[in-house]
Amino acid sequence: MKTAAKAMGNERTMETQTGRLSKYFEAYEDVRAHGLEREPVWLQQLREDGWARFSAKGFPSTHDEDWRFTNLAALAKTPFRRAAKGEFAVSPAQLEPWRVAGAACQLVFVNGHFAPELSDLGNLPEGLLVCSLAKAIDCGREGCAPEGIEQHLGRYADMSRDVFTALNTALWEDGAYLRIRRGVALQQPIHLLYVSAGAGAEIAIHPRTLIIAEDASQAAIIEDYVSLGSEAAFSNAVTELAAGQDAVISHFLVERENLASFNVSTLRIEQSRSANVDSHSILLGGGLVRNNVHPVLNGEGAECLINGLFVGAGRQHSESASGQHGASGQHMDNYMLVEHARPHCNSRQFYNGILADHARGVFHGRIVVHKDAQKTDAKQTNRNLLLSDNARIDTKPQLEIYADDVKCTHGATIGQIDEAQLFYLRARGIAEADARNLLLYAFAAECLDRMKDSAAREFAEKLIRERLQELVSAVQAAAPAATQEEAQNWEELG
Amino acid sequence: MALLEIQDLHASVDGHEILKGVNLTMNAGEVHSIMGPNGSGKSTLAAVLARRDAYEVTGGRILFNGKDLLEMDPEEAACEGVFLAFQYPVEIPGIGNAYFLRSAMNAIRKYHGQEELDAMDFLPLYKERMKLLEMDEKLMNRSVNEGFSGGEKKRNEILQLSMLEPKLAILDETDSGLDIDALRIVAQGVNAMRSPDRAFLVITHYQRLLDYIATDFVHVLVDGKIERSGGPELALELEEKGYGRAEADVQQALPA
Repeated sequence: MKTAAKAMGNERTMETQTGRLSKYFEAYEDVRAHGLEREPVWLQQLREDGWARFSAKGFPSTHDEDWRFTNLAALAKTPFRRAAKGEFAVSPAQLEPWRVAGAACQLVFVNGHFAPELSDLGNLPEGLLVCSLAKAIDCGREGCAPEGIEQHLGRYADMSRDVFTALNTALWEDGAYLRIRRGVALQQPIHLLYVSAGAGAEIAIHPRTLIIAEDASQAAIIEDYVSLGSEAAFSNAVTELAAGQDAVISHFLVERENLASFNVSTLRIEQSRSANVDSHSILLGGGLVRNNVHPVLNGEGAECLINGLFVGAGRQHSESASGQHGASGQHMDNYMLVEHARPHCNSRQFYNGILADHARGVFHGRIVVHKDAQKTDAKQTNRNLLLSDNARIDTKPQLEIYADDVKCTHGATIGQIDEAQLFYLRARGIAEADARNLLLYAFAAECLDRMKDSAAREFAEKLIRERLQELVSAVQAAAPAATQEEAQNWEELG
Repeated sequence: MALLEIQDLHASVDGHEILKGVNLTMNAGEVHSIMGPNGSGKSTLAAVLARRDAYEVTGGRILFNGKDLLEMDPEEAACEGVFLAFQYPVEIPGIGNAYFLRSAMNAIRKYHGQEELDAMDFLPLYKERMKLLEMDEKLMNRSVNEGFSGGEKKRNEILQLSMLEPKLAILDETDSGLDIDALRIVAQGVNAMRSPDRAFLVITHYQRLLDYIATDFVHVLVDGKIERSGGPELALELEEKGYGRAEADVQQALPA
């Protein structure tokens, strides 16, 4: 009897999940109808495979080891739908606050669709090809040629491992396509701005970015997620970055969406011989954020730096329309998978977390050293500052080493603002809020120090300063309320 | 009006009473030394004056320049002119030494309604003072006290003292751990700062520092109370006989 009841219960759960996923199916039907008309067969096949994978597996539960600390119930429950091209109008003035000073060019995507009228392609430097991925594939059919998309798209990001990649592969409509020609060095960063603008609707977006850095090229790319308005959105982004021999590439992920939003970003990096790639993740906004970074060092002498800062606070999900998170704050889950596939490669991971109020952070640092990857040098460090008793961090290193001559180290720390340091600053006349801000900034600056001097770094620095200032002010503002509460408790007890 | 007036000060740490009724009056221009055995409350007194909140004041009052010091936050006390040279200066990775000091100076200037200093005004002065203290200019751009030697940390405290120009400078065992050369340099720095508007409270274990810094008054702190006060000769006597006598006096003074 009990078994039967349980089985029925499971069936019901399955049914509900299918019900919830119906919006994704509608989106798939729309995208496929469009694709049958215009897209090459290989791409249609890719989408079909992606959809088959996603519909078979659905969203992962916390029983899945890779999702142990991140509950996706709220995401699965929200009926996110597709936005048609041009459905929600965005004016250039609305984008003004989100521009990056000193960028070489800016591509803007609104709800997953390229918005040429909002983009600034300026004077593109020689040797740089920047356009919408959908358009590139489209003209490819007519023979005007951004060559080699088929060789790269979907070849690196692994659909069988990750259902979000599968979902993105099935449903992506557009994203940026970048090709930096052999030997070309760009001085200024390329800004890719992904905007969610639902104006009352809960929109799902699946941006797909493809970056091909040819041999010995050099560039910095900022992939930036923002929201206009306060509606919950779901951004499920996949970026594939293929770095050719001796290429030197910096990739910046900036998450500054509103606190009701969900963001799952997957950066898959493929590195050839002696390619040098930096990944910098700056997670400041978003309600539930999952940041997957997955470099494969697939050529001798390749080097990567996986650098990140996540700053969480608040208890916003209890106030938002999709209030399934109860009393929780921002949730920032960082999942690193660094694969050493060839000998003599070097990887460095440094992630710093600052968590206030009810925020929760996760750092999962997995390093896999393949059998032939001798002389691997891999290092991983995760440092966390918890600013409240309700903040929480789960940090988990995971080393899988199949070679015998390697150097792998990992370490994690969790602490609070050091009272002795705080007092030292205050004893010199610096006001408490400013002193806290200085100490937080010093902690965050470790992440900035690992970025090369550039307009991108200046941009990151400005965002981090503003966010920390906001955080300290919020903590200060909250302080008297807490005292009042205490007083009240005391009164009641008395 | 006295610059500092401590009246019947009682203070506890973690529920243990450390200061048990301290009385002390200091005028501007004076140098007072506080000596006493380990655990007598010297550093607690310094911390209370700097308004460290781990130290709970359970009785008495402190007037600084006529204002109630116990009502002030650490930053307010600092802006009013109280400076503590720490016994163990902390390292603060990620905050540059020069940047930190300029922030401190500007916080104090702002408090007094003065214009803030920019780097151009600040740096020449800073470099000049570093030279006086025989400090390596490279320390300027390093993080606050990070990787400094013991002597460099103490000199950095005196450097801050010379830049912030407080009304009351409290030196908490600034001499401990210093070799004779470093001690001489630190003392020179302090002596250069002596002025009719400024008072010094020099907390020390040894008479040695007082060979370099001429003191006007010596107080002996034993078991949370000032047991004896006198002129500089008292320091010499203590050096000779130790604190034993003062402690013995306390024993005798206790009611049977």
